[in-house]
Amino acid sequence: MSTTTEAPRMPAEVVTHAPAQDVTLPGGAGVLALVTLDNGHDHTRPSTFGPASVAALQATLDTLRARAEAGEIQAVAVTGKPFVFAVGADLSGVPYVTDRSQALEIARAGHAAFATLADLPVPTFAFVNGAAMGGGVELALSADFRTVSGGVGAFALPEAFLGLVPGWGGCWLLPRLVGPEAALKVIIENPLSQNRMLKAREVVELGIGDVLLQPADFLEDSLRWAAAVLTGAVTPERRPVGDDADAWDAACDRARTVVLARTGGRSPGPLRAVELVRAARTAGRAEAFAAEDEALGDLIMGDELRAGLYAFDLVQKRAKRPAGAPDKALARPVTKVGVVGAGLMASQLALLFARRLGVPVVMTDLDEQRVAKGVGYVHQEVDTLLAKRRVSPDKASFLKRLVTGSTSKEGFADADLVIEAVFEEMSVKQQVFAEVEAVVAPEAVLLTNTSSLSITEMASGLAHPERVVGFHFFNPVAVMPLLEIIPGEHTDEASLATAFATGRALGKTCIRVTDSASFVVNRLLGRFMGEYSRIVDAGTPVEVADRAVAGMAPMPPFVLVGLVGPAIALHNSETLVRAFGDRFYLSPTLARIVAAGKRGYYLTDERGRPVPDPEVEALREQPAEPVALSDQEVRVRVLDAIADEVGRMLAEGVVEAPMDIDLAMITGAGFSFWNGGIIPLLDREGASERVLGRRLLPHGVASVAR
Amino acid sequence: MPRELQEVVFVDGVRTPFGKAGEKGMYAQTRADDLVIKCIRELLRRHPELPKERVEEVAIAATTQIGDQGLTLGRLAALLSGLPKSTPGYSVDRMCAGAMTAVTNVASAIGVGAIDVAVAGGVEHMGRHPMGEGIDPNPRIVAERVVDESALVMGKTAENLHDRFPQLTKARSDAFAVASQRKLAAAYEAGKVQPDLVPVATRHVEKGWGLAAADEPPRPGTTLEELGALKTPFRPHGNVTAGNAAGLNDGATACILASESAAAELGLPVRMRMTSYAFVGVEPEVMGIGPVPATEKALAKAGLTIGDIGLFELNEAFAVQVLAFLDHFGIADDDERVNPWGGAIATGHPLASSGVRLMTQLARHFEDHPEVRYGLTAMCIGIGMGGAVIWENPHHADHGTEGARA
Repeated sequence: MSTTTEAPRMPAEVVTHAPAQDVTLPGGAGVLALVTLDNGHDHTRPSTFGPASVAALQATLDTLRARAEAGEIQAVAVTGKPFVFAVGADLSGVPYVTDRSQALEIARAGHAAFATLADLPVPTFAFVNGAAMGGGVELALSADFRTVSGGVGAFALPEAFLGLVPGWGGCWLLPRLVGPEAALKVIIENPLSQNRMLKAREVVELGIGDVLLQPADFLEDSLRWAAAVLTGAVTPERRPVGDDADAWDAACDRARTVVLARTGGRSPGPLRAVELVRAARTAGRAEAFAAEDEALGDLIMGDELRAGLYAFDLVQKRAKRPAGAPDKALARPVTKVGVVGAGLMASQLALLFARRLGVPVVMTDLDEQRVAKGVGYVHQEVDTLLAKRRVSPDKASFLKRLVTGSTSKEGFADADLVIEAVFEEMSVKQQVFAEVEAVVAPEAVLLTNTSSLSITEMASGLAHPERVVGFHFFNPVAVMPLLEIIPGEHTDEASLATAFATGRALGKTCIRVTDSASFVVNRLLGRFMGEYSRIVDAGTPVEVADRAVAGMAPMPPFVLVGLVGPAIALHNSETLVRAFGDRFYLSPTLARIVAAGKRGYYLTDERGRPVPDPEVEALREQPAEPVALSDQEVRVRVLDAIADEVGRMLAEGVVEAPMDIDLAMITGAGFSFWNGGIIPLLDREGASERVLGRRLLPHGVASVAR
Repeated sequence: MPRELQEVVFVDGVRTPFGKAGEKGMYAQTRADDLVIKCIRELLRRHPELPKERVEEVAIAATTQIGDQGLTLGRLAALLSGLPKSTPGYSVDRMCAGAMTAVTNVASAIGVGAIDVAVAGGVEHMGRHPMGEGIDPNPRIVAERVVDESALVMGKTAENLHDRFPQLTKARSDAFAVASQRKLAAAYEAGKVQPDLVPVATRHVEKGWGLAAADEPPRPGTTLEELGALKTPFRPHGNVTAGNAAGLNDGATACILASESAAAELGLPVRMRMTSYAFVGVEPEVMGIGPVPATEKALAKAGLTIGDIGLFELNEAFAVQVLAFLDHFGIADDDERVNPWGGAIATGHPLASSGVRLMTQLARHFEDHPEVRYGLTAMCIGIGMGGAVIWENPHHADHGTEGARA
């Protein structure tokens, strides 16, 4: 945990330079000064704007303003290095901002540089040749005209996703260019929908780009197009943007509703962005930019953004280098996979392994009928992928041939890896592994897809227990990014390395967890749901409880139970109570729901929204002396319970560091960026201090340093 | 089944501006394959009447076929230019006559009726791929004296030509070079060259993107005095200098060829009609003489004599090598039918690309000279060869009649 006790030094800025070259335009259109944004690295390190980069751009634009005034140039264009226009502000320095004036300075410097482009006395162009995000998009918006390369795969204002606002002009320029509706799609809806990005065609369809040009000679074509605009041969068409107050406000109100639905009102950035867009209808530029400056100043000095950046860093960096994973070089190649079981989970795993590893996958089960059903499921899923054009006909044919089934385990003889997905019962799993071991080579890795059973115990009867590893997927396995990897007591490094390499090849975020009941996500989620259910069962109305925990998980706890399945939720609670005692909770209501065969606490309406189920209402606990807590009281109870559990998990060494718990909760349970997963929230609201007597992360790691 | 032969026509040709090779050259950080791709895209842009799927072959020449000039460049250039996957392609190497050979190869395929429309061109980025990069000459070349050692150094072969033809003095070479520079400058001034140049965005990490819109090598205003002061790098007190030879250059060319019937069907312009061609080997150590026997053979195939040729586009690898050709055929050094817009001494000579530049320019001369019926494109080729292609002017009154053809 030494990594969290001392704040690392601020990294040196990778400076994006902004050199300009004169280009003589065709057709006598004059001289265009072409500015290139280039940080000197290849596309894997996209150009960003830190303070020195903004200063470099400002200096170039100042020179160009003088040249334009002197009549030396007739136009200015900005473009990027190959495959990248610019991906926005360099946020790596934000954790080191400790004073609001520093934050304001970042905002103002960007505004000043971009305004210099907008105010040049000659027509200005942005040739958007590649990825454009955040400040990159805002720079492009500051130009008079935009060409967009068909090769642009990512064009976005992702600020709201991180908890910011587009604060270098985006909240004012974009709605005035394309109207509030389209602007809010880019500023709010997309960032809050798994940070969706626009493709080149959409950029032009929305009216942000003026013309879509092919990538092969994009720059040459852009210059030709710019020349045509300058000579009047081409007049870009712009859709008129109405300034009707009612329509404008209605669009903003709709966006606000989206924000509240997605964040529970707990992330201030997106709400602030909506209000900036609302004001853009009447605000002048100076006023609007000043408001953006203030918003950035507030947000950068807010713990939600710092937690968001911490979370972003976890999924971008820590997820790629799992803590505690053995040397990759120790991993053995996997050329064939066995799957024991042909049920739904096993079939999903078979498809995942076939798709991602591209190696033969043999499924086994007790009888022909089950095997045929499992293989049939995989083939049907492949056909669905084919119908959606997610795979080509050749690829579909390949995948179908990869997945075969048998009632005999003989087919595992040359498998390098066998995963079992049979009934969650120790004796059954031990029996299966014994049968598998009789067939496979001594080094074949045996994976168990368990959510709670002891890996060590499962391996105990084997001749080679060193090859057993726990592999805990999350449902649906094709979608959820997290994979908890659990070595047993005797697991050797090569087997564990093979497991990590396989997890990575499967496209998963792998986290090493010690062999302990329910591992990380189910344990912490179980404690969270247990405390929540205990409070509701004791008499607090669900609406109050939901308000209290809004913005933590992607949906209210009882809605989540419907998604996971009440039986599985109950089973998880039982496991936890058995392992850890009464700090976990078995809800009698939940037990009755399971017994009644209900599929959750709610019914869903025709639009898929949860609505109360009268039958479930009748099954609810009716406490003799109901205790109705306020939402604040509920929040304290729940956060304190989670803090207690986190403290225990860290003390037990379930994971290497607190960051792994947050990474697990973000990728395995969809916990929020603005809470940094969960631990920054526990620190922010004092739960860790109350329960553990200390913060879990030092100031400055996922909060403003103070 | 009796084979019906098809006439082959030159539809259109373009080239990138040529650059100086080396770190300071304008294409120093621009990929070679991108250069030729820009040419193919320009041809497609100029000819919307040509459906892309009708392009049935893409033959691209490069002398050094490694790195960004490797990997079956013709095929990849086709794909990267946006031609359909059904369009095949291949790479060609006949050193300096690569693009010329690409043209004659696809022309032959058109001639026998295998295809109707093709793209041919060439590229050489001598900055990224200096001549001789990665070569491994067979030791027998030296051991058995298969060729003279000087044959692999082009400048030395040019010095050897001065030895063989003592009347070809350094003074005549320098005068020819000065004229080449002067004629190119005049052609630029008159706006003759620019229409067939494809502007190329040039990448540079420090300077940013730029746009190459004109040749980089020309030195307009070059004087005899200046040339006289240059070093003779291939031989002490020799004759060949950087001033009376083509430089080391980066550039690309491409053209469209079609059967006469396909051109008519699609409405493609006919800028030249191919009459005959020939490649002939000579002693490698005097490779510059190659165009002479090649031209004689092409003339013989066509039933023409040198007197029938009204315009010449001769590649100027070295002034002495053009002069050897002119002397042989009794043409004056300053005959205005020869290289009217100057030649490679001024524009540069990115080895395998140059052949199509000659053809593109000859096609323009034909438009300006309807009184000329036949023109010649010819060039010398490393390791001792010459190539010559004779073209007929479609603007000439007798075009299409059998005329002098055998």
